[in-house]
Amino acid sequence: MSNFYGVGVPPEDPEKRDKEDSIKREELATEVSEHAPSDQLEERVENAIELKEIEGLSQGRIVFRRFVRHTGAMISLTVLFLVVVLAFSSIGIDALGLHLRGWWKWEYTLPHNIVNGAHPTLSLIPQWLGGSGISLGDHPFGQDEVGHDTFAQVMRGMQQSLMILFVVGLVSTAVGTIIGAVAGYFRGRLDQLLMRLTDVVIIVPLILLAAVIGRTFQNSGSFLLAVVLGLLIWTSLARLVRGEVLTLREREFVDAAKVAGASSWRIMFRHILPNAIGVIIVSATLTMSAAILLETGLSFLGFGVQFPDVSLGKLISDYSASFNTRPWLFWWPGSFIVIIALSINFIGDGLRDAFDPRQKRLLNRSARAAKSAAREKAANAGA
Amino acid sequence: MVTFLSRRLIASIIVLLVASYIVYVLTCYSGDPLQDLRTSTARNKQTLIENRIHALNLDVPPFLRYFIWFSGLLRGFIGQFDLGKNIQGQAVTSQLGAAMGSTLQLVTTATLLAIIVGVIVGITTALRQYTSYDYSVTFLSFLFFSLPIFWLAVMLKQYLAINFNDFLQDPVIAPGIILIVSLIAGIAWLGILGGGWRKRLITFGIAALTTAIVLEFFSATRWFAHPGLGIVVVFVLGIGVAFLVTTLSAGLANRKALYSSLSVVVLGTALYYPLNYLFLYPTTGWTILILAIIALLVAGAIGWFWGGVDRWVSVRTAAIVVVLMGALILVDRYMQSWNVYANSDEIGGRPIATIGSSTPDLIGSFWVQGLDSFTHLLLPTAALLLASLAGYTRYTRASLLEVMNQDYIRTARAKGLSERAVVMRHAFRNALIPITTIVALDFGALIGGAVITERVFGWVGMGQMFQQALGAGGSPWPDVNPIMGVFLVTGIAAVVFNLLADLIYTSLDPRIRVS
Repeated sequence: MSNFYGVGVPPEDPEKRDKEDSIKREELATEVSEHAPSDQLEERVENAIELKEIEGLSQGRIVFRRFVRHTGAMISLTVLFLVVVLAFSSIGIDALGLHLRGWWKWEYTLPHNIVNGAHPTLSLIPQWLGGSGISLGDHPFGQDEVGHDTFAQVMRGMQQSLMILFVVGLVSTAVGTIIGAVAGYFRGRLDQLLMRLTDVVIIVPLILLAAVIGRTFQNSGSFLLAVVLGLLIWTSLARLVRGEVLTLREREFVDAAKVAGASSWRIMFRHILPNAIGVIIVSATLTMSAAILLETGLSFLGFGVQFPDVSLGKLISDYSASFNTRPWLFWWPGSFIVIIALSINFIGDGLRDAFDPRQKRLLNRSARAAKSAAREKAANAGA
Repeated sequence: MVTFLSRRLIASIIVLLVASYIVYVLTCYSGDPLQDLRTSTARNKQTLIENRIHALNLDVPPFLRYFIWFSGLLRGFIGQFDLGKNIQGQAVTSQLGAAMGSTLQLVTTATLLAIIVGVIVGITTALRQYTSYDYSVTFLSFLFFSLPIFWLAVMLKQYLAINFNDFLQDPVIAPGIILIVSLIAGIAWLGILGGGWRKRLITFGIAALTTAIVLEFFSATRWFAHPGLGIVVVFVLGIGVAFLVTTLSAGLANRKALYSSLSVVVLGTALYYPLNYLFLYPTTGWTILILAIIALLVAGAIGWFWGGVDRWVSVRTAAIVVVLMGALILVDRYMQSWNVYANSDEIGGRPIATIGSSTPDLIGSFWVQGLDSFTHLLLPTAALLLASLAGYTRYTRASLLEVMNQDYIRTARAKGLSERAVVMRHAFRNALIPITTIVALDFGALIGGAVITERVFGWVGMGQMFQQALGAGGSPWPDVNPIMGVFLVTGIAAVVFNLLADLIYTSLDPRIRVS
């Protein structure tokens, strides 16, 4: 759903996770019937193979295996890891009293002598193809009109954007989970109150709050902005968690815990929430991908990260006027936003698939071969 | 039902009031609305400050000033609706009215297109699950979803608008481009239609060849400089539309439905010249509306006359066809005005606009004005469309896949129904239920204006108004009354569309009852 800013979280699949359904199917598969019609037989054989594949594995193990098999998610994870390493190793870390120098020679704050007419010096075409060889040059991503090194700026912007999306993800997941769990578990008045509070937070324009915060705490940096954004975009997660808790609290294991004398908080955090972890993780990832777009959008409008510091959105905003003369100032930060958001979205998709109990697609190759063999066999038996 | 609705409504109004109080007070405390005057060097500085304090009641502390604003709202009941004034002393209501109109224009077009395209693409990907077509669409929708809209917008401005305008100077398509586009078209159709290798090859060949011929024709006749369809193309396209709509809506086996839609096409073609003659007289939106109503009635009558097993199927099919046929004739008429528009003094041969919602001082007929809105809407709509398309595509796909796994679909297949009937009548309709609610909610959210899109394209809508009040572009801030005006519209839209979504859901899904 898109919201007021044109950024949002991709919609969840409309289906509710129906674990009982898969349990039923598994039971069905284990029981043997000799007079079953071929179609049913075929399904049972298939299920038996699937069952065999996950035999003796814990739930966490199964989810992990499914996730590892999701090619898109694995590629995205690698890309994201490389991007994070690049951003933090190149220009070093300068935060929380820590001052580590990176391997990159230029500072992002200082202008340098203009080389190559400020054009990017990065060259990727090897000499035997008629290019100038693979080399970085002095300013691989080019420079702006004053001489700032774009590579250093983009790396700094990326550090900011990554920090913001991480903090936003953490804060919003914590707040959303707690509010959703409390509302769903205690129900009644408290639930009503919390859900109306959620409505209020949804309805207050985010851009306004960001602007107000930005103005009031002009110099406290982007960390505060991240925390505030996190305190504002937990709403969809809270609703999802509430729905999940509402169904989970009626299950037998909750009754068992209650009879054993566990306190409400213990039941909530030890028994119910671990069972809702799928919804929480998936939603947290998608919130993060929405957060990076939100941050860049706000910075673009001038309400996000403020002057001496840079972020990817702010770089694009600052240089959007010079698109005709220096397109690289615009291309590089934009591409990195896309790379980060895209890989997070794919990771979220992979996690969603991995947590889905009805997922049948990602069998490994040998199991797939066995499945098609079984199908043929069943078809022959039926004919 | 009534109790449910009234309870929801009351709760929403309370939420809205609380939120509006928070917004008002926060905004007021975020800055000093007299800042620009305090630092000014004007002689009459003191009078100016006093005037503004008087006009905006700045002598009242914000947490009480809210109630002055609120009383203006309440006076709406006795016909004196008042949202206060902005810092320049203009009434917010008039400013808001204009902004709402232009935002609605932008958002409605983009949302409608996104829904139509998104649903169609979603259905095709669901029907071709786990094919390379499905994977490519999934990748593309994730990609569009990950694009910052302002980045996309600047790209569109640079590459689409400017290059297309350059292209229009000499509209000849290079052979290399024709080749690439034809290959892409071939691959796309091959992916969508699927089938065995033989069928795929044939699909590829036909699609690529057709595209190449059409493009070559456009290039050779310099069609883009003098676009137009003409009666023959309208007729041929109409026949195509008739067959397509009948296939989807009734199935070709239903002869009566096919005959009704073909009759509509023949009648539409016969009226081509008379209509064009009619359009020589000054035309307005009302003329078009009246013609559309007449056309729908006539089409309904044709469907009814042909009848069939189920009369209403024929009526429905004929009605859909007549809408599309009318659209074809209108598009043709607009194209006839293209030359007048593109070569007018104000446009100067570069018709695709990158800024604003209309060309200032453009004088022209209804058709020229329409083309002007079209060229201005094109880019922002494209940006919004690409950004929101992903959501609808994914959602439709998931929803249809869910439905296709249901037992009643198996039953329908077991009865021996055709695949068309299974998909269109049993699966698609049920898959639409969750989509309608998403559409309602989305539309409510979008009315607030696409802030970023409006800024990039210089569109003076509610987003722009909001930003200006927040101090973008050096205007004094915080300008609380316009902010509250925009907030009121978006808040009410959110509440109304939320309710609407609930109502639609309950009326479409008989399993859900509200109490």
